[in-house]
Amino acid sequence: MAKKSKIYAFLAVFAVFLAVFPWIGAEKLSFRQVFGFVVGDWTADGMIFFQIRFPRVLLGLLAGGALAMAGAALQVIFRNPLAEPWTLGIAGGASLGAFLARVCPFLWFALGPLNTAQALALLGAAAALGLVLSLARRSATGAQTLLLAGVTLGVVCGGAIMVISGFISPWKLAEFHRWLLGGLDAADWASVGALAALAVPGVALLLVQARNLNPLGLGEDMAAGQGVDVARVRRWTAIGAGLASAGVAAVAGPIGFVGLLAPHAVRKIVGPDARLVLPCSFLFGGALLAACDALGRWAAAPLEVPVGALTAVLGGPLFLALLARRR
Amino acid sequence: MGSQAELAFHAVRFGYEADGWQLRIPALALGREPLCGIVGPNGSGKSTLLKLAAGLLAPGAGAVDLDGRSVARMRRADLARRLGYLPQECPALFDYAVEQVVALGRHAHGGTLDLATAADRDAVARALADVGLEALRHRPLSHLSGGERRRAWLASALAQEPEILLLDEPTQALDLHQAAAVMEILARRAANGLRVVAVMHDLNLAGLFCDRLVLVQAGEIAADGPPAEILTENRLLAAYGDKIEVLRRPESQNPIVLAKK
Repeated sequence: MAKKSKIYAFLAVFAVFLAVFPWIGAEKLSFRQVFGFVVGDWTADGMIFFQIRFPRVLLGLLAGGALAMAGAALQVIFRNPLAEPWTLGIAGGASLGAFLARVCPFLWFALGPLNTAQALALLGAAAALGLVLSLARRSATGAQTLLLAGVTLGVVCGGAIMVISGFISPWKLAEFHRWLLGGLDAADWASVGALAALAVPGVALLLVQARNLNPLGLGEDMAAGQGVDVARVRRWTAIGAGLASAGVAAVAGPIGFVGLLAPHAVRKIVGPDARLVLPCSFLFGGALLAACDALGRWAAAPLEVPVGALTAVLGGPLFLALLARRR
Repeated sequence: MGSQAELAFHAVRFGYEADGWQLRIPALALGREPLCGIVGPNGSGKSTLLKLAAGLLAPGAGAVDLDGRSVARMRRADLARRLGYLPQECPALFDYAVEQVVALGRHAHGGTLDLATAADRDAVARALADVGLEALRHRPLSHLSGGERRRAWLASALAQEPEILLLDEPTQALDLHQAAAVMEILARRAANGLRVVAVMHDLNLAGLFCDRLVLVQAGEIAADGPPAEILTENRLLAAYGDKIEVLRRPESQNPIVLAKK
């Protein structure tokens, strides 16, 4: 039962962050003003809180959760504890797709919460996943080669984004500056809806596969012997992780290392059982990204640090430390 | 036990590469005897035969059937409730506790919600008791000796409670006493109705515990029968070359196979 209380602890942190972080930002909000609508009094503070801050915190929690859960699942199917959407190049591929849709007028089309940025992000994520999966299938490919390929793929996609940027007017580019580094500052309810449209089905797919991921932890042959259809589990897990990562990249750009940090911390606390690791990673990853975003807003106020830059500065060293320890 | 499961090879051919080495098995029925050993020199095709039996590899020609249904085409979960398979190595990605590893054996019995039933808990407890790891049930795999780890894997396969259990070298890299202990665990389960098919490296251990031996040589079944008929100097010299010698135990006349200089 100790395990149950740990899930509740993660849930509590998630809920507390959702309640507290909307109060943090350049503008100081008064509690009375924010909840003035209760007595029919719509105020500027209320607008800032409900139209800007709250969706932004929610976006951070959802995006961080989706990335962390995708990372936790990818680590199992690639049998590599350093795998996550960013280190495998999936976030990079998805971001390139989303960027293309946003900067080319003839590629942009939107319908409700669905738009071509998501479609091209999915395409980019699928291409990156296909590439690293085919690399991983070759038995001679070592764990480090896979990561090297993934990170290189991310750098190539980042470079391609920069090349395309060269042809875009600086005014238009300023709009994308934050997004390029991974940012949540464009948040409104529409972007929460756009993220949820891909991340929710992705997360649901991953949760359904959670119990099948445990036997895979002891090798494919063992898992097959225990009744797991390995190819099927890998396929659906890859699709779920791809949906979740593409959803995040389409809205917030490439955000790295949350998918690495959160599952590692969670496994230290609840153990390796994927049925616990996946949901707890969602809660902890969400809390972590929302906290990084709040830190980015608070530390440089009234300016802002893009959250993707913060997660890279905080998470990158951990990645290096884990890489060194594997030797 | 009622009707017994039968795992049958029909005109099976398998090769990893189109023009390379091939395994050819015209006919073979497994799962009749309590303990059947698959023996043969390195590279003869023992493990490949076992993987074909487990449905992990699909034959290039012919079929492997469990009671008339192709194992390669059955749903893995349906198959796993009747046919277990334990590979040579189970490299752990994370540091599972012994009990978690054993509970994974119940995977095919669980529903979508995967809540452990009384039957699951009983099977896990029985398997832990059988391999003698009850006291270490909460210990992480990384804190176990090689022998203990192998017993944890075995317990996982036993907790699965299939009708036929396929094992790929269950005694690999174990000391004599540990290897004999593993074979005794299998013999005890076999006495209670489990049918065991094990790829064996150690011919003496195989001769001592198995009721039937299948000798595989260069991708073909060279001999099949009771150990006393298989472990003869003529057959083994043909399969393993001349660096081998067969003696008889003085009291039982059972064969002992030794290396020769």
